[in-house]
Amino acid sequence: MAKMHGAVVVDVERCKGCNLCVAACPQKVLELTPKTVNTKGYHYSQPVKEELCIGCASCAIVCPDGCITVYRKKEE
Amino acid sequence: MTREEIIKTGDVVYRKPELLNDTPMHYCPGCPHGVVHKLVAEVIDEMGMRDKTIAVSPVGCSVFAYRYIDVDWEEAAHGRAPALASAIKRLWPDRLVFTYQGDGDLACIGTAETIHALNRSENITIIFINNAIYGMTGGQMAPTTLLGQKTVTCPYGREVALHGYPLKIADIAAILPGTCYVTRQTVDTVPAIRKAKAAIRKAFDYSMQGKGSNLVEIVSTCNSGWKLSPEKSFEWMRENMVPFYPLGDLKDTGKE
Repeated sequence: MAKMHGAVVVDVERCKGCNLCVAACPQKVLELTPKTVNTKGYHYSQPVKEELCIGCASCAIVCPDGCITVYRKKEE
Repeated sequence: MTREEIIKTGDVVYRKPELLNDTPMHYCPGCPHGVVHKLVAEVIDEMGMRDKTIAVSPVGCSVFAYRYIDVDWEEAAHGRAPALASAIKRLWPDRLVFTYQGDGDLACIGTAETIHALNRSENITIIFINNAIYGMTGGQMAPTTLLGQKTVTCPYGREVALHGYPLKIADIAAILPGTCYVTRQTVDTVPAIRKAKAAIRKAFDYSMQGKGSNLVEIVSTCNSGWKLSPEKSFEWMRENMVPFYPLGDLKDTGKE
């Protein structure tokens, strides 16, 4: 089976740090930033283990604010 | 394969629906309102009804729903959204008309409008967000608050002797002859979100086919009002709300 690679792009300024995407990710790719915050003062979600992302879009589907865009590409 | 390569050459699997604009939502972090807004925007887009939708926003947390979804909206007086939607649908029969209401608006002050609009078989859809609390005003007891649930106005838990029983609006709607499709869904997990989207699509389709009134209840959370984190509040919802408000279709007469 061809391996799928995914990439997650988070709209940092829109993110409210609710942690739902972190909990929904089956590969544990995302984490909230421990120290930095956005202009609203929220710890935002960021991909930390990017190489594990399979592009399933679970994070984007559960995101209440629609901050996440997911891309996917098949390995040739 | 690097991240830049995937973004540049890969397919977009998911993106915020175009109908949902860039205005930052005023909802608390983790509020399911945002998810339901996304589903509504996606369904309207998929139906190709972008220019032919008129929505009615309520009073409550979702009062500003008109700021976020780029369709035509009207703002109703507290609880009167189904009455306003009935009028709009009768004047514009080719438009997709729906209301978006919370439990304080729909199940308390607007009970009469809701039940009569549903029973008149108006070809509208009511999207009902049930989080068992008055979220916007600071977490007071609502008609849908569960027995034993603590809120700021029933700090020792809801008691039958003092406050009566929680109101199951969807169960009432299901026995009315005017309703076509009554369902109860939730949006806590990815499969549940997909099911909720299918339910909204079905309700919108039935209302456009003139089959009668439709009610889509979304069992929801209020993490600020319940004083829990977004994840914990979904857990609480699954443990306490779902057994009392069981999920699934309560009525579907549109199939015949």
